[in-house]
Amino acid sequence: MSRANGVGDLIGRKQVVICAGSGGVGKTTTSAAIAAGMADRGLKTAVLTIDPARRLANSLGLTELGNEEARVDLPGSSGELWAMMLDAKRTFDELVDTYAPDEQTRDAVLSNPIYRQLSNAVAGSQEYMAMEKLHELHQEGRYDLLVLDTPPSRNALDFLEAPRRLSRFIDSRSLRFFQGGSKLGLGIMGKGTGVLFSIMKRATGVDLLRDLSDFFNAFGGMTEGFAERARRVEALLGDSRTTFLLVTSPREASIQEAEWFAKRLREEDLPFGGVIVNRVREEIDTRPSPQLDTELTGLLGDKLGGKVSQTLGEQVALAEVDAHNMADLKRRLGRKPTLSVPELPGDVHDLEGLRALNEHLF
Amino acid sequence: MTGKGGVGKTTVAAAIGLAGADSGRRTIIAEVAEQERITGLFGQPAAGYRETEVADGLSAFSLNPEEAKEEWLRDQLRSGRLAGMLGSSRIFTYLTAAAPGLDELVTLGKIWELAQMERRNKRDRPFETCVVDAPATGHGLAMLRSPRTYAEIAKVGPVAKHAGHFDRFIRDGRSTAVVAVALAEEMPVNETIDLQQRLRDEVGVELAAVIVNAVLPERYSNDEAEKLQSLDGQGGPATREAVATALIAHSRAREQRSQIGRLRRAVDVPVITLPFLLTPEVDLDGLRTLAAELERKL
Repeated sequence: MSRANGVGDLIGRKQVVICAGSGGVGKTTTSAAIAAGMADRGLKTAVLTIDPARRLANSLGLTELGNEEARVDLPGSSGELWAMMLDAKRTFDELVDTYAPDEQTRDAVLSNPIYRQLSNAVAGSQEYMAMEKLHELHQEGRYDLLVLDTPPSRNALDFLEAPRRLSRFIDSRSLRFFQGGSKLGLGIMGKGTGVLFSIMKRATGVDLLRDLSDFFNAFGGMTEGFAERARRVEALLGDSRTTFLLVTSPREASIQEAEWFAKRLREEDLPFGGVIVNRVREEIDTRPSPQLDTELTGLLGDKLGGKVSQTLGEQVALAEVDAHNMADLKRRLGRKPTLSVPELPGDVHDLEGLRALNEHLF
Repeated sequence: MTGKGGVGKTTVAAAIGLAGADSGRRTIIAEVAEQERITGLFGQPAAGYRETEVADGLSAFSLNPEEAKEEWLRDQLRSGRLAGMLGSSRIFTYLTAAAPGLDELVTLGKIWELAQMERRNKRDRPFETCVVDAPATGHGLAMLRSPRTYAEIAKVGPVAKHAGHFDRFIRDGRSTAVVAVALAEEMPVNETIDLQQRLRDEVGVELAAVIVNAVLPERYSNDEAEKLQSLDGQGGPATREAVATALIAHSRAREQRSQIGRLRRAVDVPVITLPFLLTPEVDLDGLRTLAAELERKL
């Protein structure tokens, strides 16, 4: 089934789709559904997720995914669906391995306590590594379409900010500072830096500073490689072959977020494809009325008839709230397409569910 | 309070705070999020990084890690001037902006401070209960893990000492309870079950309770549902749509019940349910309804 403004039209001939959105709006499920739907339309697609709660695995009816793409059996499909659950730490380790000038440096970085924490931290490095993996897969060119499910966060744009913070952390300025700092505030550092260092020492303790200093010294030779790579990743995000989709819900707070997200993408000059609104309660034509109540109680008795009338009233009101919020969203977004997906009777957590979802998405 | 994104953690945290204050305990809700929502729920303007009274005996605090970092620096250096120097250093800002786990650590440090009987600033009154609206599962776990990690990395010195305090505080069941908020749906239930195990393995803490938010009313008995099904097209179009709507609502409620059953079988802690509120957005009346329900069930 296809509609004029299905998600296929939002994607067109793009090669990278980035699904953003705050937690709990069905972002993982939507990403998987898009990849499956485009595979059903003949493409070779891969969906990348990075998710401690293993939700994509759920969506695909798989129990485990690795840091490598795995083919998902999609019966009757003309294309191919692949899925990958990203292991952020492993991706980071592989990058270190790529850019380290020699084994000694690689081992020094990999065993440094600061590095271990950095690569394990949920906030920041997941987002960074998700972008990295996306870039890597895009470079390899084995897929027609890559769908990235961004890491869960309260803030839909965290996945853009976090990698930048992290690449500033490992950039060359930190490096220069700590290369002086290896002597713990003495020697070649300028006076200002030396004072700064001794204040930091008071705030953090000397061990932490030494580890940081060791980390930056070991990392030194690799910063250029990482910086270059970060630039290429940023370029891919703004590329005309990429599109961002915002996944959201018809709640008031989500609507505000969507507007803000669209504005931020415009400011960043990033390609914004549109908004997918999940679980919109479908409008009900029938309204409670005395005639209806009479007919219901006549058929079902006072008690049950009354209950049905009450349920109808509640559901009509809830659907009206969603319709009102959808209208508001469309008004605020102007010309950007919005796709609304109705609340489905059951939870979506397998391929059958994804295909049912795609009846509405495509 | 943690749990999957979108399950209503903030609403439930506000209701728990209200229930705590109603029972006569001086309570504060500390919100760990970029967008401040608690004050708005109580019909007040955003107040930011300071204690703001939102109801009788109930305060709110929006925990911004940037400001927590500044406060921590001032406290460490015991000098606003030195802290200012460090804070205005670009290199230091870059380092602390991305230093892994530092935001989580200073955030937790502020939570710890809010919960102390003897406050850092002697003029601040102590709270008997501090309800923390923590980040969603993955980030929430990272926050709870951060003291242990820093205690291990820093080994000695002020960071190690404080991180050690916070770690013991979190793991002491007499001072801290980790509560999961969930919805009665497949994925939130899975994530809650996962959370219990990961709390145990990664933080060394036992989950204290699960609160299932937005549970639909089970209005129809099995007999009634059967009767509705057996109508099979009787009545006019309005009646048919009304009956179909009722049956969908019934099947959703039934599905929720089976998810709650699955959750109860998988976790070995109390599972408390809160009703779905039929208002478009949760308001103060809604919070009072939820708080009353919590007081009855806790």
